[in-house]
Amino acid sequence: MSEHNLDSDNPDRRAFLKAGAVVTGSALAPGVLLYGVAQARAPEEPASDKVRWGMLIDVNKCANGCDDCVTACNEENGLSGATGPQDSQWIRKLNIRHLKSGVETSLPMLCQHCEHPPCVDVCPTGASMKRADGIVLVDRHTCIGCRYCMMACPYKARSFVHEPLTDQNPEVPRGKGCVESCTFCVQKVDRGENTTACVEACNAAGHKAMLFGDLNDPQSEIAQAMKTYATTEVRADLRLNTGVRYRGI
Amino acid sequence: MPSQEFCLSPRECKPAMFWSLMGLGGLVLLGTLAAFFYLEHHGHVMTGMNNQIVWGLPHVFAVFLIVAASGVLNVASIGSVFGKKMYKARAPLSGLLAIAMLAGGLIVLVLDLGRPERLIVAMTHYNFKSIFAWNMIFYNGFFAIVGLYLLTLMDRRLNPWSKPVGLIAFLWRLALTTATGSIFGFLVARAGYNSALYAPMFIIYSFSYGLAAFILVQSVMYKWNEIQVDERILARLKNLLAIFIAASLYFTAVLHLTNMYFAKQWEFERFILFDGGIYPVLFWGGQVFLGGILPLLLIFSQAGRHPATVFFAALLVVLGGHFQMYVTIIGGQAFPLDLFPGYAESSSFFDGVVASYTPTVWELLLGIGGIATAFLITTAAVRVLKFMPQDDFKDIELQAH
Repeated sequence: MSEHNLDSDNPDRRAFLKAGAVVTGSALAPGVLLYGVAQARAPEEPASDKVRWGMLIDVNKCANGCDDCVTACNEENGLSGATGPQDSQWIRKLNIRHLKSGVETSLPMLCQHCEHPPCVDVCPTGASMKRADGIVLVDRHTCIGCRYCMMACPYKARSFVHEPLTDQNPEVPRGKGCVESCTFCVQKVDRGENTTACVEACNAAGHKAMLFGDLNDPQSEIAQAMKTYATTEVRADLRLNTGVRYRGI
Repeated sequence: MPSQEFCLSPRECKPAMFWSLMGLGGLVLLGTLAAFFYLEHHGHVMTGMNNQIVWGLPHVFAVFLIVAASGVLNVASIGSVFGKKMYKARAPLSGLLAIAMLAGGLIVLVLDLGRPERLIVAMTHYNFKSIFAWNMIFYNGFFAIVGLYLLTLMDRRLNPWSKPVGLIAFLWRLALTTATGSIFGFLVARAGYNSALYAPMFIIYSFSYGLAAFILVQSVMYKWNEIQVDERILARLKNLLAIFIAASLYFTAVLHLTNMYFAKQWEFERFILFDGGIYPVLFWGGQVFLGGILPLLLIFSQAGRHPATVFFAALLVVLGGHFQMYVTIIGGQAFPLDLFPGYAESSSFFDGVVASYTPTVWELLLGIGGIATAFLITTAAVRVLKFMPQDDFKDIELQAH
């Protein structure tokens, strides 16, 4: 005799199992969800090298003339948005035109969060550093403002703060006389949001040209995409193993 | 009369002249400090430096002084390490100038930092992968070793140690200049740098700039004491300078020829040598002609036997050295980074365009502060200790009587 028959013969038992499943499910579900959030690290827990944060940019989806990612970055990180030669720009829209074919492409350029970052190599005090999870940052307490990292960065990704700053975002400390660059919105990552302001803005605009995630997690959307499509590193000849990859160049 | 004890004779003391020189140097240094505090308050926004040209005029002066500082020690090394008597008599002055010029160069670098008050951080946090961190060790060690070397040269009891300590100082200075050249040589991403040639080329440059600076200071000291430098000594120094100038020109040529051979670097070479605006002018007119060919012509001309001609030639070498640093440091940054070879690039962040740079008076004041520092240290030191080259002086005195 099968269990199915047993169940169908006993309506009370079936109701009990249903109710039990609902109760167990509602008790466990928040825990499972919380577990997902907890995976993002508790504030006191150091960054883990099990994770490597990265970004994939599909230049075919990146709209020419759209700079929503730049605006969002400026707002999130408290940058003025001014574009003079002495102003900070953490992300910029780069227009490139193939010299022979004339094909024009527009793409966001930012710190590439290299595995072997030249800025970290050259920094005399170790202020330029790479976190265990691959995010390249500047320690505001030990940066002496020598700008050697800016000389060394192949992507022109870094800016020097040329004048005193006011009205800063408390989550994103910046300061006159220090070098700074894209942090992959580390404040958002550390809160467990696991996204960046530029990616959110790109998605909100409906372009979905930017993907942020854990390159080490084979199940992540970014890892899946990088398995499916050919992607490019900028200045791949330097073998820096960048965390930012491009598709469609 | 204690003040006269420091002079060769009361006639040569010239206290009024001495104090005017110290006053002049102090005034320049005061200007430097004013510029420093002004920039410290307002930020680098008051300079011509920006996110494209991150190292500017102060670095031109600073790197020149640092490179020349290591080179000026060569005079002492030839004496102590290679046993040449004529150079031995000049070893103390050479060591003093090395310390004074390095101090001058470093003060400019420190005053230009974005966070100069964090110098202590730089002295306590070392990233040993950084050639900059190694330089800090080399610079500090240079002061200690050359200081000790001076002691062995000037204290009779320690004199036997001058050869081994001199050898260490010589090797240390080679390492120091190698590291200074490598600051540029290790910048893999920039077309203008990224060459192993920078290390030996900077060593050769240092020989030339250092000896030229030595000749200038020595000439002034002889003039001050109203004595003539011996012709044979002058001939040796100027011939050595000529060899160093020629070697510098050779290394410069090799650097550019190898760059031209690499197809990737050709665009940069065209920029720096031909169509890069101010930079080709400074390269050919300043570095090559004024700092190289003209001093060579002067040294080997009929007038080359005169101290004034040699002085002028040395002055041109020092001037040319500043042009060289300007072309190397500013020109190398002005040429745009090529993120996508084969593509034309443009952005709001000045991608794909030649970066513009107009230095301000604040940067000039920081830069000349280095020269003022070296000048003040030297002037004060030659006043209180015997740095005047002795051998030929005694000979000349004997001949006169």
